[in-house]
Order: sequence, then C-alpha cells, then structure tokens
Amino acid sequence: MPVLGADMDEGTVLEWLVKPGDEVRKGDVIAVIDTEKSAIEVESFAAGTIKQLAVSVGETVPVGTVLAIIAEPAGERAEPAPAATAAERMPRELARPEPSTPAVPAPRPVSPVIRHRARELGIDLATIGGTGPAGSVTGEDLEHAAARLRPAAAPLPTAASPRPARSPQKPGPGAGRRRVTPLARRLAAELGVDLAAVAGTGPAGAIREADVRLAEPAGKRAAPAAAAAPAARSAAERNQSMRQAIARLMARSKREIPHYYVSNTADMTRVMSWLYDRNRELEVSQRLVPAALLLKAAALAARQVPQLNGYWEDDAFRPAEAVHLGVAVSLRGGGLLTPAIHDAAGLQLGELMSRMRDLVTRARSGRLRSSELTDGTITVTNLGDRGVESVYGVIYPPQVALVGFGRIIERPVVVGGLVGARPVVATTLAADHRATDGYTGSRYLSVLGDLLQRPEEL
Amino acid sequence: MTPAQAEIAVKEALRQVTPGADTGSVAADADLRDTFELDSLDFLRFVEILSERSGERIDEDDYPQLVTVASAVKFLTGRARR
Repeated sequence: MPVLGADMDEGTVLEWLVKPGDEVRKGDVIAVIDTEKSAIEVESFAAGTIKQLAVSVGETVPVGTVLAIIAEPAGERAEPAPAATAAERMPRELARPEPSTPAVPAPRPVSPVIRHRARELGIDLATIGGTGPAGSVTGEDLEHAAARLRPAAAPLPTAASPRPARSPQKPGPGAGRRRVTPLARRLAAELGVDLAAVAGTGPAGAIREADVRLAEPAGKRAAPAAAAAPAARSAAERNQSMRQAIARLMARSKREIPHYYVSNTADMTRVMSWLYDRNRELEVSQRLVPAALLLKAAALAARQVPQLNGYWEDDAFRPAEAVHLGVAVSLRGGGLLTPAIHDAAGLQLGELMSRMRDLVTRARSGRLRSSELTDGTITVTNLGDRGVESVYGVIYPPQVALVGFGRIIERPVVVGGLVGARPVVATTLAADHRATDGYTGSRYLSVLGDLLQRPEEL
Repeated sequence: MTPAQAEIAVKEALRQVTPGADTGSVAADADLRDTFELDSLDFLRFVEILSERSGERIDEDDYPQLVTVASAVKFLTGRARR
C-alpha cells in the first residue's frame, strides 16, 4: 500500500485492474485505492509480471502492506528462472520504498525443506515475513501464510443459500474473504451476477472469470450484484474524512515546520497584453488563462532557486531533480487536493495549460493517479479567482515551500514619476526556515517577478 | 437563437461545468461566477460550450457580456440577429 499523501495511514483496495500473469510496465495503472481524500489510480513502479495479488478487493490495509508481487521481466535475467534461488528471485514489493527500508530485502537463508513445502503450498517465499534466525522463514510461518490464503472457514454459500446483498457503502467483515479473481468480480458486476451464487472452480474454490460466465443466466435472476464491489465513500463520508486528513496534515505542518513568509507585487501589464494578443487569434479551447503563466513562472523560478524545490527529510534538505509543481485544487462541496504537474518547468505553455485543465477536472470529478499525488516538489495555491488579494499558505510536508498568487487587480502604480493604473498580482512565499532563510525566499519572488516581465519566454 | 433557446443553452453549459448545480432557481441577474463559484478554468469551459452550441466565435472582449444569465441570453440572441 503506497503512501498516497503525506499523512495517509491506510487504504482500501476498490478494484484490481490486473490479474496474476499480466505483464505490467512501470507507470501502468494496476489498482484503484480509496483513501480518506479520494479514490486514486495506483501506478506500478516496476515492470514485470504480476505474480500474486496479496490484498482482496474491499480490504483495508495499512501503508506499507504488500499489495501485489511483481516478478522481474524474464528477459532481464541471464540465468533461467529455475536455477535461481528463492532469494535471488526475490520480487519487488509493491510498496513505496521507504528511505530506511530497501525495496528489495536482503537475501534470507532458506532451508531446502521449507522451499519444498512452499512449492507444495504454492507460496512465494519472498512474499512472507520470517520469524526464524536472521529473518528466515520457518515451517510455522509457511503454514500461517497458507492459512491466510485459504478461503474463510465458513461454508461457502451456494446457489441454494444466497447470502443477503451487502450494502455497497459498507462491505461487511466477510467481504472479500471468498476468493474471487478481480476479473471475475468485475465481470460479475457488469453482468449483474451474484457472486454468492457462483460455484468456484479455481484453486481452493476461487471464483474465476469462466465461473461467472457460466453462472450468468442464474445470476440475472439473483439480486443486483453491484453489491459485490465495494463503493467509494459517500459524499458526506468523503467530506468528513477529507477534512480530518487535511486537519492532521496541516496541524503537522504547523507543528513541525518553522514557516517564514515573504511577499511581493508583480506587474502583470506585459503578461495580460501578451495573453490578450495571443488569445485573440485562438479558438476558445486553445486559449490560455493567466494562471497558466503564473504556474509556469513559479516552476521556472523554482528551477532557478533549487533550494526551495525538494523535501526536508531526516533533518536535511534533499533537492528534487525536476520541478513537479503541486497545484492546490479546491473541490466543489469543500476540501482540497494538490496533484502535481510533472516537470512543469519543461512544458510548453499550451501543454501546461492542458495538463492543468485535465488535473483540475480529474481532481474534481474523476480520478487522480498515485504519482500525481506523491511527486509534488513545491506547491502553488492560486486563490485569485476567489477574489482575495494575497494568500499565505501552509507548506505541504515534506516540501519546503508554498507559492501563493492573489487576484490580478488594477492598482495605481508609479512608473517614471507618473501614476497610472496597472494590473498587478501579489506573489507570496511560505517557506521552511529549516531549509532556507528569508534571503533565498526573497530571491525566489524576485526571480518570479522578473520572469513575469518576459511572458514570451515563458 | 431565440431567447428561450439561449437560456437553455446557458443553463446547460452551467450544468456541464458544475455537475449537480441547481440552475433552475438562478436569478436572471445573478453573477454567474459568484453563484456557481466558477474559477477561470470553469469560465473558459463555459465559454467553450456556449461557443460550440451557438456556432459563434466568442472573444475575450465578449466575456463581460457573459456575467449573468440575462446578459448572456442577450449576447447570444443579439449575435444570431446579426
């Protein structure tokens, strides 16, 4: 279970989009995970073959739990697989690697007896924790693992004893216990087949795709099987859980991060007239909004002042290699998400604009991807549309800076000794005083202001 | 475009931009950006949909005429007569 936000403790598997045997590439969406904030599409961070899905649909597990096992692509192995030992074949765990724990555990001693028994039980040794010396797997560990994989001890329901439909909002404690392949589960939901009425022919009575297809005619008479799949939280539940998540994270930020603040006023005359000329020639769908230029300038400035672009971790600042610009998106009905635009400093304006539109749309009505919620290196909040003149934000840990833009507004400005009306925007920076000092923060806003005077170069 | 058609177009565009919004009770002279909490991206989408439906080009200079339902209807029907 990857960390899909700085303060996430657990997640619920809503849906598997792969099954054992499927080839995946790095970045492929393999599951949908429900968190306090939203349903998120989880991407694979490794390439290979799915060996095992370790968590059932509907199950809630803590962060760090192995969700699935991915075997490395065969092509990358010089030796044939059978010659490799269990430890050498150690698959990568599908959990976000923590700095202190390597993604690939160190090889553990495995006795031939244990290896043989594991093969009998169909268990990949790399997937279970060992309680023996040096973390080695004992016979007891194996039997425990096997027991976990077996279906629940309760008699399997049959067509003669259909189980009452479960509420989609609250999967009961028994939800997901019976082994059903994800493909079968999805198919059952699509066809309206009640899984309780399906006889499984897979290992240990697991229901497979073919079983669902066979049961289809009977299933159509059964209760609607939408109940088979757990649903994301209701709007009210989501609102409450998101509020709690934001509360914890922001309290942590203010507790741990010594914020300092600087502000400036940027002249937007050139940006606005450049935009006006550019948009006049374009169809509505191609037009840019001022926010796109503000974001691009914020990203370029972060590239020029890299001390603000990265993370504070283990009592030290770790600069990020690229600028992944987090964008605070307010949700209708309350709440906030901060998905990131990857490599925002390297994007053309038109591309950045369409990425921004896509992110905002998906944050509000669709689904974000795990990398979008975890990769941000610096965040921007733009409250100008809501009419405020300036915003002093709270840093999103472990990032070290948050850039704020207010409303673009006409103000009297003195230019060459004369007072004139000019569009201006208040630019602010909240930064982590552990990572930088006010001098660096003011340099950032100064660079940002200069960039906004050359819109054609953004 | 008749005024009735224009009003339907405006309200449908608003519903597309802010799914679930109640457009039935919006006052003709209510500020759309405030009432529906439209940000600049929402407003751009609103203009995009109106432009598609009416088949008319809508420039940024026209945006001030799209502030309320009444002004948007007036703008769209005025366009059709030209």
